[in-house]
Amino acid sequence: MTTASVSNVLLALLLAPLLSGVINRVKAVFAGRTGQPLLQPYHDLAKLLRKGAVYSRTTSWVFRLGPVAGLAAAAACLTILPIGGVPAPLAFPGDLLLLAYLMGLMRFVTITAALDTGSAFEGMGASREAWYSMLAEPALILGLAALAVHTRSVSLSGMLDGLARGELAGPGGPLLVLVAGAFAIVLLAENARIPVDDPTTHLELTMIHEVMVLDHGGVDFGFIQYAAGLKLWVFSGLLTGVLLPPLTGWWPLDCAVGIALILAVAAAVGVVESVMARLKLARVPQLLVAASVLSVLALALVLR
Amino acid sequence: MTLFLTALAVMVAGGAAAWMAGRRPWASVLGASAGAIGAAVALVVATEAALSGRVSELRLAWPLPFGSFHVGFDGLSAFFAAVTALVCGLAAVYGVAYLKPHAARRSLGPTWFAFNLLTASMLVVLVARDAVLFLVAWELMSLTSFFLVMFDGERPETISAGWTYLVATHLGTAFLLALFVLLGRDAADMDFGRLQAVSPDTAAVCFVLALVGFGTKAGFVPLHVWLPRAHPAAPSHVSAVMSGVMIKTGIYGLLRVVTFLGPPEPWWGWTLVAVGAVSGVLGVLLALAQHDLKRLLAYHSVENIGIIALGLGLGLVGLATGNAALAVLGTLGGLLHVLNHAVFKSLLFFGAGAVLHATGTRDLERMGGLIHRMGTTGASFLVGAAAISGLPPLNGFVSEFLIYVGAFGWLADHPGSGAAGLPAIVAILALAMIGGLAAACFAKAFGVAFLGEPRSDAAAGAHECPAGMRLPMVALAALCMAIGLLGALALPAAIPAAAVILPGLDIAGACARAREWLWHLGGAFGLLVALAAVLAAVRRRLLAHRTVTAAVTWDCGYAAPTARMQYTASSFAAPLLNSFRLLLRPEARVHAPEGLFPDGASLHTQLDDPFEHRVFAPLFRRVRHLAARLHWLQAGPSQLYVLYVAVAMLALLLWTLGAGR
Repeated sequence: MTTASVSNVLLALLLAPLLSGVINRVKAVFAGRTGQPLLQPYHDLAKLLRKGAVYSRTTSWVFRLGPVAGLAAAAACLTILPIGGVPAPLAFPGDLLLLAYLMGLMRFVTITAALDTGSAFEGMGASREAWYSMLAEPALILGLAALAVHTRSVSLSGMLDGLARGELAGPGGPLLVLVAGAFAIVLLAENARIPVDDPTTHLELTMIHEVMVLDHGGVDFGFIQYAAGLKLWVFSGLLTGVLLPPLTGWWPLDCAVGIALILAVAAAVGVVESVMARLKLARVPQLLVAASVLSVLALALVLR
Repeated sequence: MTLFLTALAVMVAGGAAAWMAGRRPWASVLGASAGAIGAAVALVVATEAALSGRVSELRLAWPLPFGSFHVGFDGLSAFFAAVTALVCGLAAVYGVAYLKPHAARRSLGPTWFAFNLLTASMLVVLVARDAVLFLVAWELMSLTSFFLVMFDGERPETISAGWTYLVATHLGTAFLLALFVLLGRDAADMDFGRLQAVSPDTAAVCFVLALVGFGTKAGFVPLHVWLPRAHPAAPSHVSAVMSGVMIKTGIYGLLRVVTFLGPPEPWWGWTLVAVGAVSGVLGVLLALAQHDLKRLLAYHSVENIGIIALGLGLGLVGLATGNAALAVLGTLGGLLHVLNHAVFKSLLFFGAGAVLHATGTRDLERMGGLIHRMGTTGASFLVGAAAISGLPPLNGFVSEFLIYVGAFGWLADHPGSGAAGLPAIVAILALAMIGGLAAACFAKAFGVAFLGEPRSDAAAGAHECPAGMRLPMVALAALCMAIGLLGALALPAAIPAAAVILPGLDIAGACARAREWLWHLGGAFGLLVALAAVLAAVRRRLLAHRTVTAAVTWDCGYAAPTARMQYTASSFAAPLLNSFRLLLRPEARVHAPEGLFPDGASLHTQLDDPFEHRVFAPLFRRVRHLAARLHWLQAGPSQLYVLYVAVAMLALLLWTLGAGR
């Protein structure tokens, strides 16, 4: 564990809320609005953490466990994610599975917390979240398997390190494009972005992720928002690590570029949200199955 | 070995004494304590043997033709015996309080005799070193569990479940008889040491016979149909034993027989991986469709047996191709999942039993909000639910992790392998699908049963179960966490067993590496738990001096919410099942609201087991039809039957004379 890997985790903890600020700014620019300040998410978090709490009488400790365990899982993911060619603090064979299943844990506690309220809307959101993630999981894991074969490593740090510079234009290019395509779809689905889910919708019936956290407020909601930022950070880091391996080999520069790329992914998400409408509910599974197909193709390509 | 057999004798003797005691109030306690003490002793002996991997044998005189009373421990026997003793001992403790409400109505002595005999016979199955002894114990295990399933014999569905079980288990045993006859054809007796397949063709036939025969007990799809009927019908502590450990005797038998067959062919492993993938995915899909809590858990046993088969199948592929890393990781993952599934499945069945005890129903749609009234049960059930979904930091993830890493590692070592990589890909895809579906299913089961508002008066009036039932649940939940965090310490118990399954491979290096990875994993889990603890403390600190108020759940401003407006188990599962409707064909009876003043609407969804209704039911109808044609043989008068006997004797006599000449 080096200074570089620890500083990556600390920077992620510091900068993750910025991602939603970037997305909102990009959307504002597209819509011709002034939009909120770039640092608005930090102000929101600070305000939420200063608040008291209102709990539904139906809820139990499971409801209070959700945000805490979810944030812990998201933060633990950061220790597995390498950025800019610097190995993550925790790197061991199979750590990529831990990453996938920590995301699963985060989802599970969010779903149980939603069901704890006894609200029909939150139950509906929970059901849809379970449905989509069930379809997204094979895409993520098979995509990781394809990368593992390509780089001959089963650790995330080893995998992203094993991708040669400029490989996108080389023989490994098609594989990387396929995997990146799958990961991009998974990123949009797992982080509740358009075209899968609309984080700004105002009708409970049409929400998925947002409706599950309707009853959370104050500190709990702050935890949830922060965890959502960390989750987006992890998926963006994964996507950029696949597409654009580090260039120079000098870690301070590589890490800076890596983080800039993660912010660029957030900008790209903002563009997607600005130019696309949300898909019809029944169409989303087709998109997610398409992501799995991309992963399978990548795997077939590399095993051929 | 002697101590182990003494423990079994204590169990059976205590059970017999309980039977003698009949309706006396202490009969139940006597039977259960004999069972628990015997199991505790057996657990200690078996654990020691499993960790050391020492081989010990004992041979007693036994005047049975072909057979001898030959028992022994090696790594494999000891590992399975330790798992069995653990679950059976805790089930005996749990059973006392669970059966108490029945004591006024009926005598519990015979039940305890059957329970202890079931435990003892399972343990004998696991240590038997002689095919005749093995089959006798196997049959005893099937019969005693049949009697336990029939505990609620007044209910028609219990009777039907019991008969299905009896027929299924005996059909399976028929394959085993053929298997052992084939294996012992050229041997002087049926001792395990002398059983072997004479040719590769015989070995292949034997493997298929073992797969079907033992697969029926283990619950491989499509041989699983008895399982979701029999397990829910039994009393909950018996369900825990049947689902947690009895079906594992099928896995044990399959592994044991494979060691007789010489070097395995790669296709054995491929077959096992395919069977595991189908069982795993279909098991969890069918579980998702269930509204009956115990039936749901029973289908999850099919799923978990599938995961075990995936691991062991990869292990066999590794053994057949001489790849030690794949062989070790697959086998250790499969074996560790045997332990893990035993722990969390018995925990979940105990939880379901506590719910049944408190509310009198197994129907999820009539539960809700139980966590407020059953705190300990709810917390333990949540731990079990997260563990069976393979979520960190619990034990289910540890074994799935080993199987995953085995498959990933093999693929990474063989780029360009083409179709040879198929077993690994199938295993990864199946595990990924199972992971998402199982988490959805247990979010549903836990969420609908324990969270929200009570959906019926029974759920609203529920009460926490007695300490005798809570204790085993808490112990098992603690074990789920311990094996999760310290998986590296649990692994050595499975290593000697893996050495028995993988002869001729140098497994030491791969085992050491697997152990090292589990330490890393344990470290990551520790970090996760520490983070959660710190965050919980931060949250508590922040909220300490602020106003925390209680209100109603936000329902979009609707003024009069009722418990019936909550999302139900069926609604939760509906979109997921709909994605697989071509495969499962769920039935829905919709009565939609009509007209300007609709007078009510209803929706009923149902998903029958496709194998039961489209494969076995028509098959057995056909068999019954054919059998009816032989009805004239069964005319009734006893003279006729005497005649049959005489004719049969005569025919045999003539045949013997003819053969002698």
